Amino acid sequence: MSAPLLKIDGIHKRFGGLHALNDVALSINAGEIYGLIGPNGAGKTTLFNVLTGLYQPDEGSFSFNGKDLFRQKPYVVVESGIARTFQNIRLFANMTALENVMVGQHVRTAAGVFGAVFRGPKAKAEEAAIAARAQELLDYVGIGKRHDELARNLSYGDQRRLEIARALATRPTLLALDEPAAGMNPKETDQLKALMEKIRADGVTILLIEHDVKLMMGLCDRIAVLDYGKKIAEGIPEKVKNDPRVIEAYLGVAPE
Amino acid sequence: MQSKKQIIAFAALAVVLAILPWAITGGFENGKSWLRAVDFALLYIMLALGLNIVVGFAGLLDLGYIAFYAVGAYSFALLNSPHLAHVLPAWLMNPPLLVMLLIAACVAGVFGVLLGTPTLKLRGDYLAIVTLGFGEIIRIFLNNLDRPVNITNGPQGINNIAKVNIAGYDLGRPIEWFGIVFDTVHLYYYLILAFCCLIIFVTLRLQRSRIGRAWVAIREDEIAANAMGINTRNVKLLAFAMGASFGGVSGALFASFQGFVSPESFVLMESIMVLCMVVLGGMGHIPGVILGAILVSITPEILRDVINPLQSAVFGKRLFDPENLRMLIFGLAMITIMLLRPEGLWPSKRRAREFHEHDEEAKA
Repeated sequence: MSAPLLKIDGIHKRFGGLHALNDVALSINAGEIYGLIGPNGAGKTTLFNVLTGLYQPDEGSFSFNGKDLFRQKPYVVVESGIARTFQNIRLFANMTALENVMVGQHVRTAAGVFGAVFRGPKAKAEEAAIAARAQELLDYVGIGKRHDELARNLSYGDQRRLEIARALATRPTLLALDEPAAGMNPKETDQLKALMEKIRADGVTILLIEHDVKLMMGLCDRIAVLDYGKKIAEGIPEKVKNDPRVIEAYLGVAPE
Repeated sequence: MQSKKQIIAFAALAVVLAILPWAITGGFENGKSWLRAVDFALLYIMLALGLNIVVGFAGLLDLGYIAFYAVGAYSFALLNSPHLAHVLPAWLMNPPLLVMLLIAACVAGVFGVLLGTPTLKLRGDYLAIVTLGFGEIIRIFLNNLDRPVNITNGPQGINNIAKVNIAGYDLGRPIEWFGIVFDTVHLYYYLILAFCCLIIFVTLRLQRSRIGRAWVAIREDEIAANAMGINTRNVKLLAFAMGASFGGVSGALFASFQGFVSPESFVLMESIMVLCMVVLGGMGHIPGVILGAILVSITPEILRDVINPLQSAVFGKRLFDPENLRMLIFGLAMITIMLLRPEGLWPSKRRAREFHEHDEEAKA
C-alpha cells in the first residue's frame, strides 16, 4: 500500500482550558472520500482549521504529499494542495461569482505590481487564462450562467457551489468541505453528491464534514468519528455505523 | 462604437484640461490664486487615490495618511534646498526630477511598510487609532528634529526649496513658448497633471489585476482570503506601501511647488480631509474618488470668495470670521451628503446597488 496523501499524528489543540483536539491521528489516502463526523462541539471544525493552517496545533505532526505542514501558514498549506470551504459560507460577498473564483487562482498565478501596471503579453495572457479558467470552474459546478452576479445575491445552494468552485480554483489535491450540504433540500443534496463524485473522479481527494449521516454513508469510503476532541472510531461506513462507541456518542449509553 | 465614443470623450477631456489654466487665469480677476487652488486639487487627487488603495480597495482604515505626504515633501525639501547642502554629499543634492520622485515614492513606501508591519493584525477602529498615532508621530518628529542635530529645522520648516528643473527649463521662472508666457503656476499645473494622470493610470491598472482582486478579497473577508492562499501579510503591506508611495510623490511635488514645508501642513485635519475625499466621492471607485478630491479641495476656496461679499450683502457688515463660517458650511455639506448618499457622490454601480438594496429591504 502506498503512503497516505495526508497524515496527522498526535495532534493536540487547546483553547485555554478546553482540550479541543486530544491526540488525534488520521490518514487520508489519495483518491478517497474521507468523512469526518461527530456530535456538535466534537472538534470537527477545529480539526479542519488545523488541517488548513488557520489554527496552529500545539503538538503533533502533519504531513501532506510528502511535505511537512506542521504549523505552517495557510497560504503554504494552500500552495501544497489543500483547499477548503467554510461551514458558514465565507464568500467575497461584494465581488461577482467570477471574481470570487479568480481570487481562488491567486496562489497559482504570479503577476505582481509591474505585471499589473505594464500589462505585458505575459501578464495579459495570465489574466485571460485566469478569467477563462474561472468561467470553466463555474460551469463545472453548474453556475456558469451566474458569473456576473454578486456572490451575496446568489441563492444559498449556489453560494455553496461557488465556494467549491473557488476552492477548486486553487488546484487542490485535497478538497476539504465543511458541511457543504447544511441547509440544502434533498434535491440540492443529491446534486451536491453528484458534484462531489465528479470531483473525486477528476482526481481530487475529498475530506468531508457532514451531519447528514445518510449522505455520508452513501458517499464516503472511510469515516472517522470525533467526540470530545478524540477520535473514537475510524473505518468503512458500515463498520463505523455499528460501532458501540459511536452509538454511545450520538445516542447516549445503551441501557443494560 | 463604444470605444470611438470613448476616444472622443477622452480627447475632449484632454483639450479641456489643456486649456483650463488659461481659462482660469484669463477669466478671473485673481486667476492665479484660483489656478493655485486647482494645482492643489490635483495634488489632493493623488493623495486621495493613494489612500483609496488602502481604505477603498484593501479596507484598512488609515487616519494618518498625511504622514506619507509629509515624508515625500520633506524628502524633496532636504535634497533640494540649501538646508542640508553642506552636510549631504553633493551628488545626492538636486537629483533629476524622476529620480527625486522615485526616491520620494520609495522613502514613503518604506514608511508605509513601517506603519503596516505592527498593524497587520488590527482592523477597523483599532487600526484607525494606531494609524492616527502614526501620523502624529511623524508630524511631531518633524517638529522636533531640529535638536540635537538639526535635520528638519523644527517648526520653522524648510525654506528655499528649489523649483523643478526639467531638461534645462527652470519651472520657477516664466517660460515663453510660441509667444505664450507660461508662469510657474501654469508650468506646475501641467507637471502635476502629468503625474496625476500617471497615478490614475496605475490605480486603474492595479484595480483590475490579480493584486487588486487580492486587496478587495481581504477587505471582503480576510479569513477567507487567507484560506484561499493569499499571503495576507504581504498583500496588506503592499497596499500600505503603494498607497504611501502615491502620497510621497504628491508630497514631493507639493514641496517643490510651495517652495516651503513645515510640520503645520501635515496635521491630523489634513488626513481627515483626504479620507473625506475618498468616502465622499465613493470609496473604491476611482472616478468618484477624483470627484471627491476636487470637491473637497476646491469648495472651501470657493466659499472663501463667496462668504465675505455675501455677509456684506445680507448683514451690511462682516459678522463672522469667514474662516470659521467656511468650515461650518463645509461641515454641514458633508453631513448632508453622507446622510443622503452614504455610498458617496459617485459610487461604483456595484456599491450603489449594495446600498440601494438595503433601502428596499427596509421598505419591504
